Amino acid sequence: MAIRWGSYKVKGIYDELIRAAGKPREAAKPLCDYLRALKDREIEEYKAAAELAIHVMGITFTVYTEEEGSIDRAWPFDIIPRIIPKSEWDQIERGLKQRVQALNLFIDDLYHDQKIIKDKVFPGELLKDSVNFRPQCVGVSPPDNIWAHICGSDLVRDDKGTVYVLEDNLRVPSGVSYMLENRMVMKRVFPDLFEDYSILPVDDYPSQLYDMLASLSPREIAQPEVVVLSPGIYNSAYFEHSYLAQQMGAELVEGRDLYVDEKDVVYMRTVEGLSRVDVIYRRIDDLFLDPEVFHPDSVLGVPGLLRAWKAGNVALANAPGAGVADDKVVYAFVPEIIKYYLDQDPMIPNVPTYKCINKDERDYVIENIDKLVVKPANESGGYGMLIGPQASNKERDKFKRLVKKDARNYIAQPMLTLSTAPTLVGNRVEPRHLDLRPFILSGKDATNVTMGGLTRVALRKGSTVVNSSQGGGSKDTWIVDMADH
Amino acid sequence: MLSRVAENIYWMARYIERAENTARLITVTTNLILDLPKSANVGWEPIIEIMGSEKLFHEHYTEIDERNILRFMIADQNNPGSIVSSLQMARENARTIRDIIPRETWERINDLFLAAKSNTQSGIARKNRHSYLQNIILGAQTITGQLAGTMYHDIGYDFLRMGRNLERADMTTRIIDVRSADLLEEEHEGLTPYENIQWMSVLKSLTGYQMYRRIIQVRVRRADVLKFLLQEKKFPRAFYHATCEVESCLNNLPRNTECKRQINALQKTVLSVNPEKLKQDDLHKFIDKLQLGLMTVHNIIADTYFLRQ
Repeated sequence: MAIRWGSYKVKGIYDELIRAAGKPREAAKPLCDYLRALKDREIEEYKAAAELAIHVMGITFTVYTEEEGSIDRAWPFDIIPRIIPKSEWDQIERGLKQRVQALNLFIDDLYHDQKIIKDKVFPGELLKDSVNFRPQCVGVSPPDNIWAHICGSDLVRDDKGTVYVLEDNLRVPSGVSYMLENRMVMKRVFPDLFEDYSILPVDDYPSQLYDMLASLSPREIAQPEVVVLSPGIYNSAYFEHSYLAQQMGAELVEGRDLYVDEKDVVYMRTVEGLSRVDVIYRRIDDLFLDPEVFHPDSVLGVPGLLRAWKAGNVALANAPGAGVADDKVVYAFVPEIIKYYLDQDPMIPNVPTYKCINKDERDYVIENIDKLVVKPANESGGYGMLIGPQASNKERDKFKRLVKKDARNYIAQPMLTLSTAPTLVGNRVEPRHLDLRPFILSGKDATNVTMGGLTRVALRKGSTVVNSSQGGGSKDTWIVDMADH
Repeated sequence: MLSRVAENIYWMARYIERAENTARLITVTTNLILDLPKSANVGWEPIIEIMGSEKLFHEHYTEIDERNILRFMIADQNNPGSIVSSLQMARENARTIRDIIPRETWERINDLFLAAKSNTQSGIARKNRHSYLQNIILGAQTITGQLAGTMYHDIGYDFLRMGRNLERADMTTRIIDVRSADLLEEEHEGLTPYENIQWMSVLKSLTGYQMYRRIIQVRVRRADVLKFLLQEKKFPRAFYHATCEVESCLNNLPRNTECKRQINALQKTVLSVNPEKLKQDDLHKFIDKLQLGLMTVHNIIADTYFLRQ
C-alpha cells in the first residue's frame, strides 16, 4: 500500500482534501479510498498513462525542441484532482459574476464620465499614474459597455479555509486550455472515478467563448468571422491560442494576416482575396496592437486596428484599456467599487490590503513591515516585492523608504498560508500549496463562469509560487455535486 | 484559407521534396563516380554548379573535394539548400501549421530532421552514405504518403501538391543536368560503352528505371530517357507529369487564370522539344529555359495567393 492518509500532514494549514490526519473531507472520501487501495505498481501505471495521454494529445512537445529551449515546454501535471463541492462553488461563482460586473462598470466609467472619481470613492491621481490606462480609449463605447469579456481571477484559500481573490487578470489571461486538457487526461486515466462521482463538465467553454465572441459582431449576420489574434509561434501561450482557435473553428491569425482599409474595415488576407473580419479575440497586449497608436515599431500588431474598433467596424476582446482595472492598487479598491456600482457587499473578499496612499494604512505598513508582503502596483510575476517575514532589516528599511516616497505605487498584505492538496511525489503523497484560476466570460446575453478553473500547484516543497516558469504544475479541478451522491 | 497558411504549407512541401531530391542527386553522382573509369575524370564540382551555389561554396571552403562538397550539400547550415537546412525549414514551416497537418506528420518531420542532423557524418563518409541518403528519401516519402492518406484534401492540400511538384520538376531538370555537364559529351571517344550505364543511373536515382523498362521497352538510350523524364505524362517524377499535377491543383483554386496561363505555357514548352535532336549544349540551354519557366510559375502563384510584403 503506497498512500497512507494517516501520515499526511495537515497541521496549521487548510488542506483541500484532508480535514485532519487520516480524515478526508466528505467530498474527497471516495477519491481517497480509491487512492489508498492502489499498489505502487498501479500508481506508476496511472502516472505513465497520464504522461502518455498528455503526449498523445500533443499538450507537451518538449522532446522535439530541446535545442530551442523555451518553446513548447511541458507543464507538469499531477494526477490527484482538487475537489470542491458544488454547494461551495455556487457561492464562488456568484461572487465572481458580481466582481466582474462591477469591474466592467468601473472600466466603462473611467473611460467616460469618471463618476466614481467625482464622487471621491476612487482617487483620481491613481488614474494619472496608471500604466494600463489608455487615454486613446476615452469616450469609446464597446458593445453593451463590456470591456473585459474574458477575465481570469486568481483565488486562494487561507489556513481558516476562507477563499479570497488574490488578483484579477483583465488583459490576456491564459491557462484555460490546460483546464480543458487536464480534464481530458483525467477521463482517459481514471474513467472509473468519473462513474463514482458526479463531476460537472468543463468542456463547454470553447462553445461559450465562441457564442460570446460572436455576440459582439458589429454585423448582424448568421456566421460572423471570429478570429484569434496571436503574436505567433514563439509566444509562450501559442499552444493555447492554437488550441482555442481549433476548438472554436476560428481562424488563428497573426498581425500580418490582417489589413485595415481606408474605410476602417478589418480584413484577413486569404487565398480567395481579402475577407472581412468581425470579431478579434486578441492575445496580444494593448501596446503591441496597433503601431499607428501605440508602439510604432510593433510588428505583431495591425496598423489601423484601433481606428476600426473605434468606428465600431470590428469588436476586440478584451477591449483595449481593460487592463486599467488589474493594477494592484485598483485591486485594493474593488470592495469599494462593488459597493459603489452595485450597492452590494462583495461576496468573495479581497485579501486584506493596506493602501499606502492612505496615511493611516501607510503608517501601519511601516510599523508592521516585518509581518507583511509589500507589492508594487505595476509589476507582475513577483518582481520588486518584499516578503517582510523573510527579509533582512536592510531590505525592510529600503521598502519603508520606498513606501514613504512613492505611496501610490505600493500596497501591503498580510502573509497568507495558502491551502494545500495531496500531490504525488514519487509514489507518496505530500501537501503542496495551490491556487485556482477560474475564467469568467461576459457577453451581451450571458455571463458564464468555468466550472472550477485551472488549479495551479507549487511542486517544490513549501513553495507558494505556482507559475509555470518557476516550478509550478497543474491539477484537474473537480466541482462535484454531492446532492447526487 | 489564410494566405500565410497556404504559403507555409507550400514551402513545407517544397523543402521536404528538396531534401529528398538532394539525397537523390548525391546518390546518382556517387554511383556515377564509382561506375566510370578514372579517365572520364568525373568530379564533384558539377553538383554545386547544378545547384547554383558555387559562390556560396567558395565563401566557406577552399578545397573542392568530395568531403567538402558532401559536407556542404548534406550538413552545412550556411547552405540553405543542404539536406539539414531544407529539413529545418520544412520543420519551421510545419510548426506554424500544426493544426492543418496530421500530428503524426509533424512528428515524422521532426524525427527526420533530428535524424538527418545527428548522423551527418555517416552521410559524408562513403561507407554509410547510401543508407543515410536512403533514410532521407524514405522519410520524405513516408511524409508524402501520410499526407496523402490522412490530411484533409481541401485547397490546403492543393498548395501542398503544388509545392511538391514544382520542386520535383525543378530537381528532375537538375538531375538531368548532371548528365549534360560538358565533360560527358556523348561523342566522347572511349566513353560510349558507358553511356548506357550513365543514363541508367539517372533513371535509378529517380526510381524510374523499372518504369522506364515497362513503358519504353528498348535499351536505355539518351533520347528515350530524356523523353521519359521530360515528357512522360504518367511517371510521377517526369517534368510534364509534375506540371499537369500543378495544373490540376490550380483548377481547384479561385483567381487562377494567370497561373493557369503560365503553367500551360510551360507544358507547351516541354512538349515542343524533340529529345533526339537535343545536343548536349542545347539540352543545357533547354533545361535553363524550363527552370526559368518554373520560377515564373512560382512567382505568379506567390503574387496571387501568398502574403505580399
